[in-house]
Amino acid sequence: MPREILIDFARCTGCLSCRLACAVAHTQAKSLFDAVLAGEKPRARIFVHQLGQQKAPINCRHCTDAPCLDACMAGAMYRKEDGTVTNEGGEQRCVGCWMCVMVCPYGAITSDAAGTVALKCDRNCRDESGTPACVRACPTGALVYTEVEDYSAHRRHGALGKILAGGAGAP
Amino acid sequence: MKDLAAKAADPAVRELLEKARRQGVETVWDRYEAQLPQCGFGELGVCCRNCVQGPCRISPFEDGPQRGICGATADTIVARNLVRAIAAGTAAHSGHARHLAHALHRWAEGKAPDYPVRDEQKLRAVAARLGLQAQGFSVKELASRVASEALAQFSEGEGVLAWLKSTLPPGRLEALGRLGVLPRGIDTAISEVMHRTHLGVDADPVNLLLGGISCALADYAGCHLATDLADILFGTPAPVVSEANLGVLKADHVNIALHGHNPLLSDLVVRAAREMQEEARAAGAAGVNLVGICCTGNEVLMRHGVPPLTHSVSQELPMLTGALDTVVVDYQCVYPSLAGVAECTGTRLITTMGMAKIPGAAHVEFTEEEAAEKAREIVRLAVEAFAARRGRPVHIPPHKSRVVAGFSVEAVVAALSRLDAADPLKPLLDNIAAGNIQGVCLFAGCNNVKVPQDENFLVMARELAARDVLCLATGCGAGAYARHGYLTPEATLEYAGPGLKAVLTAIGEANGLGGPLPLVLHLGSCVDNSRAVDLAVAVASRLGVDTAQLPVVASAPEFKTEKAVAIGTWAVALGFPVHLGLVPPVLGSAAVTEVLTAKAREILGGYFMVETDPVKAAEKIYAAIGERRRALGLATRPW
Repeated sequence: MPREILIDFARCTGCLSCRLACAVAHTQAKSLFDAVLAGEKPRARIFVHQLGQQKAPINCRHCTDAPCLDACMAGAMYRKEDGTVTNEGGEQRCVGCWMCVMVCPYGAITSDAAGTVALKCDRNCRDESGTPACVRACPTGALVYTEVEDYSAHRRHGALGKILAGGAGAP
Repeated sequence: MKDLAAKAADPAVRELLEKARRQGVETVWDRYEAQLPQCGFGELGVCCRNCVQGPCRISPFEDGPQRGICGATADTIVARNLVRAIAAGTAAHSGHARHLAHALHRWAEGKAPDYPVRDEQKLRAVAARLGLQAQGFSVKELASRVASEALAQFSEGEGVLAWLKSTLPPGRLEALGRLGVLPRGIDTAISEVMHRTHLGVDADPVNLLLGGISCALADYAGCHLATDLADILFGTPAPVVSEANLGVLKADHVNIALHGHNPLLSDLVVRAAREMQEEARAAGAAGVNLVGICCTGNEVLMRHGVPPLTHSVSQELPMLTGALDTVVVDYQCVYPSLAGVAECTGTRLITTMGMAKIPGAAHVEFTEEEAAEKAREIVRLAVEAFAARRGRPVHIPPHKSRVVAGFSVEAVVAALSRLDAADPLKPLLDNIAAGNIQGVCLFAGCNNVKVPQDENFLVMARELAARDVLCLATGCGAGAYARHGYLTPEATLEYAGPGLKAVLTAIGEANGLGGPLPLVLHLGSCVDNSRAVDLAVAVASRLGVDTAQLPVVASAPEFKTEKAVAIGTWAVALGFPVHLGLVPPVLGSAAVTEVLTAKAREILGGYFMVETDPVKAAEKIYAAIGERRRALGLATRPW
């Protein structure tokens, strides 16, 4: 089973470490200090928003039935063997028509700094263990890189723990 | 309009915010949005940058790191960060005081002719308070001795600081002495906080907080010094009538805003402007119109009736009227973003202090020796800017309110003495005892972009005044009340409860005002929180009780600066409950939070209360007042 970037929303403190790490992973220098010294201006492909008191990250879900793939007129958006959906390194080049931006239900696709091509999570940031940069950078465990089955089992454990702690008669 | 209401309560501010939006001028509110979400570690106070093995942050959850690289826990890190903020605040207030002490000293030496003693009575009163022999000394000799005494407060000395010893009740000094928190010098206290928060020094959160309290007491000394010296140099404030808000700008005048904190230069600009009306007229203006922003504005309002224009978070907006020719700044709370707005509007931004420059601003270096000439140079630059502005459209929001300010302790006592010349405090005490005045709330501190500007101040004063709580204000809080018409007799008639209304009316009528005193008494700038302490100490001494027993509470409902953290801490150390309208960055440590909100009460009598909802905050303050009244055997009323 492939691993996915999953989000435990309650754990996000809004520190933006994931955005910083994502941006650095997409530089030539591959390090924060060297990228800053070289004047590189990378863009993060994961987002953190604040809604009321709740801080929450969101990124590309690499959907199985991906609307961005269907909407891409240029044929630049494609799926790699490992499931990653990307508009980079394929047969066709992104022309910046922004159809993918319009159809993405999560708003996870944006534009490059020049406003010429679409920019999205490409998972080209994974280390030797295959873990994405944003997940490595997350200090609270709000971003988790794991198999969906494992994650949902973990969620069930948490939910059952709460239910049973409420007493036998709890719903 | 709804979203503007979430930003500011002041209609003039809203009007110019709308204009900023139309013109694409970035303001503090835009930059706040751009900063969201703000770092949760910073918000909790659990990030440490004190060494280069870091930065470290402690996870607020259980499965993240619970210690920094050196081993510091969240408790240590939160306490260290907090006391460093106190040290920075102390450095700012006392730096302000030090500049005044230097000016007085230089004048006494004959080297700063523009800084004569303008209030000899205050000089003699301060000298007497310090126990200095005054008789037989000339003003210059006495000024020299008081200035030397003032400068001696900064370095490490023997015994209790003169400015603490001479202004606090003996019982309170003893209690603070027993805790080991009496500072030995202002600079010593600041430097000790920097030392003990360095890698590998003090790791005990309670000990760190005691160090912070010691430094905060040094801040109190610095504030009190600043008030005393400003009064000696420029005059002790007396009640003055003026106007406030953006409507005080005059299209046909050379409009100069004085912004920052120290009256050192601004007071001389006021004098220079009076002399240079003719130069302004020669340039085609109807005259020079001075206006104030932030606490420099409070200083020149209190002493010269210069109308306050706006405060704190809205400081970028006045330039958008197109009518402001020059903004002159000294230091503290001056946003560097002013330079960008000034570039858009053609306003001349002038920095004046060698240690406080802003890229993009013009700089006129202030010196004590040539202060008056520098002030004239600034007015001249403003006249030039006016000439360049002529013919350009202006948009001055029509909002302004009448203001009665200038309530120094001397002025309050003088007003009360019209009721009882032999025992001026008696009418105040009698009315507190009878319940016509339930208690006193001092509103202090800043505006904060996270709160709709002024909203907390206004709601809380209305709620408390309606329940007969006497309201005092300083700093940008006083500014908020000025712009919204709360510093007027009319506000007393509209909002005060029956007991408070009767007392304020009796004092007002005894002083020939033909009506009540204002709903909120404007005590001055942020260093002038010392005036509130003097009043409280006088009342406590007259009653023979400790300050911690008085039904007196302080509130900083929209605070933002490190200076406010220092003031809040010394107010707690002097025994007062202190309300904060924003959550300070301490929640990452349950232990520190517990000390500040509960344990402090056991050892100091004062404590912090955090409540972001202004109505609930007023209710909590009223409850704290009630609790103290009951302890004094005085009748209380339910909320």
